[in-house]
Amino acid sequence: MKNISRNQILTLVFLPVFIGLLILAQAFLNPYYQRILNLCAIYSIFAVTFNLVFGYTGQFSLGHAGFAAIGAYISALLTLSPEQKAMNFFLKPILPVLENLQLPFFPTLIISGLGAALVGALIAWPALRLRGDYLAIATLGFSEIIRVLLVNMQSVTNGALGLKGIPGHTNLLWSWGWLIVCLFVVKRLVDSSYGRAMKAVRDDEVAAEALGVGLFKHKMMAFLVSSFFVGVAGGLLANLISTIDPKVFQFFLAYQIVGITVMGGMGSLTGSVIAACLYTIFLEALRPIESQFTIGSLTIPGIPGMRMVLFSIILLLVILFYRKGLMGNKEFSWDGLIKIFTKRKKKQVGSTGGTQP
Amino acid sequence: MTVLLKLENVTKRFGGLTAVNKFSTEIHAGELCALIGPNGSGKTTIFNVITGIYTPTEGHVLLGGDNISGKRPDLITAKGIARTFQNIRLFKGLNVLENVIVGKHLRLHSDPLSAVLHLPTYQDEEKEMRQQGLVLLESLGLDHFAYDEPTSLPYGQQRKLEIARALATDPRLLLLDEPAAGMSPTDAEELMKFILHILDHFDLTIFLIEHQMRVVMGICPRIIVIDHGEMIAEGSPEVIQNDQHVIEAYLGVSDHA
Repeated sequence: MKNISRNQILTLVFLPVFIGLLILAQAFLNPYYQRILNLCAIYSIFAVTFNLVFGYTGQFSLGHAGFAAIGAYISALLTLSPEQKAMNFFLKPILPVLENLQLPFFPTLIISGLGAALVGALIAWPALRLRGDYLAIATLGFSEIIRVLLVNMQSVTNGALGLKGIPGHTNLLWSWGWLIVCLFVVKRLVDSSYGRAMKAVRDDEVAAEALGVGLFKHKMMAFLVSSFFVGVAGGLLANLISTIDPKVFQFFLAYQIVGITVMGGMGSLTGSVIAACLYTIFLEALRPIESQFTIGSLTIPGIPGMRMVLFSIILLLVILFYRKGLMGNKEFSWDGLIKIFTKRKKKQVGSTGGTQP
Repeated sequence: MTVLLKLENVTKRFGGLTAVNKFSTEIHAGELCALIGPNGSGKTTIFNVITGIYTPTEGHVLLGGDNISGKRPDLITAKGIARTFQNIRLFKGLNVLENVIVGKHLRLHSDPLSAVLHLPTYQDEEKEMRQQGLVLLESLGLDHFAYDEPTSLPYGQQRKLEIARALATDPRLLLLDEPAAGMSPTDAEELMKFILHILDHFDLTIFLIEHQMRVVMGICPRIIVIDHGEMIAEGSPEVIQNDQHVIEAYLGVSDHA
């Protein structure tokens, strides 16, 4: 369209400002906070892509942990230096092909994404014929297979020992940059004719098919875009935490992602990002409750895992009292924001128009 | 008259149950034909076989000479058969206009990448789709609901919206599964007028299922009656009304006949 809306102008103005802030944060913020912000972006990518598959296309897939694992291991193997690899693989030597293979970060992430998408296509081929719970079980099984493969393919993955000394290329620009790209692609996709078809599939498969919407094609499209970005996010994660092993990618990760997405609101990308950031920040902020503390004369011993108990309770409360999540299916828009300030009406976020970049 | 749809000995069995048995008929281009029968007589099964939801156990479905039996529903729709459902199946997460233009998606030429990148070719197509959707809604008197949620519409309008959505796929043949189900007699009559209006304004053929004989008697020149999956009568309303088999199927066999 030739006439650019106020929304788009504000987004275009905001984007460089945001990138500027990222550069400043990267330069001056202390590493601990940087790490939290990086995790925020990575979890946001997980949640946004899960929303694409479940919130917009209605396919309850629990394969995120598996795709993230694939991305993470590809990125680790392609960025580790030959010396580090030699140190890592002391039990069983690494596959000769991989021994001296080292790539820059950007192509590594692309390959991580493509690898995850390729595996995604392979499992989606049979699994997308299943509906509802069956798809969830099949994809959960897939994630578990990936985890078991990671443990057992020692000459590639170093098995249960995991990979250590990954360079840690991930910084705020990489992680938030990819989040922006992911949001852009997913938002544009769900707002397009293809997105309408996906929502039709979500609302009623029989009617959608009767209107000429190819079920398999559109589910597959959502699945591929999703698994690509999950692979990239997995790659970012490996290069952030610099040590990965198969335990990082257990079921639990998939449940976390479902929880975050539900909290944010099915069908709201803004909600996914907000919930992912809140979740990551809270999880860090709540660390103290896992250590020993005293209230008056009462000493409460540190219980590891308390944070997750609290998280589960919060999730329950959200589901009970705030069923549509933080944002429902509404999206952030500048027009909506301006409306709030001009009209001084609370909680009236515009549901129309573009969103974040 | 040219034959648009031809059913040849279509049989559909579910395990031991024969829902449709050796059903053959021809639907001519431009006609309005009704399929009636008591509950459970196999009317919807026939529609499901035609639209590809079921594969016929035996026999063939031919659309303009092409064998379409067993093809995927979305491909059959692309070939020009659209349908509505007995129970309303609108997309609750899309507004009225979007519900309609989902039906235009199958004619979209742009690939997903050009949609994501908002290439001019896609932008033009999207604009065109919205325009066509609005024109369609307007021609059916639904345009003032365009941006409402479909569930907020009155029942009768939701039925019309289902028909509008089916029309968006540019069908040659429109299948309506009990379009007047759950309507009062006056509303049903209005809907039948609406259907005649569609027949006049769009270049298509309509094949409809109706449970109540009364509703179709006035408007359909040709009626097919089935019972227990078999055709028991075919012809003009007068012929049907006086057919002994039909009377028996609907009212039961009289003892003193």
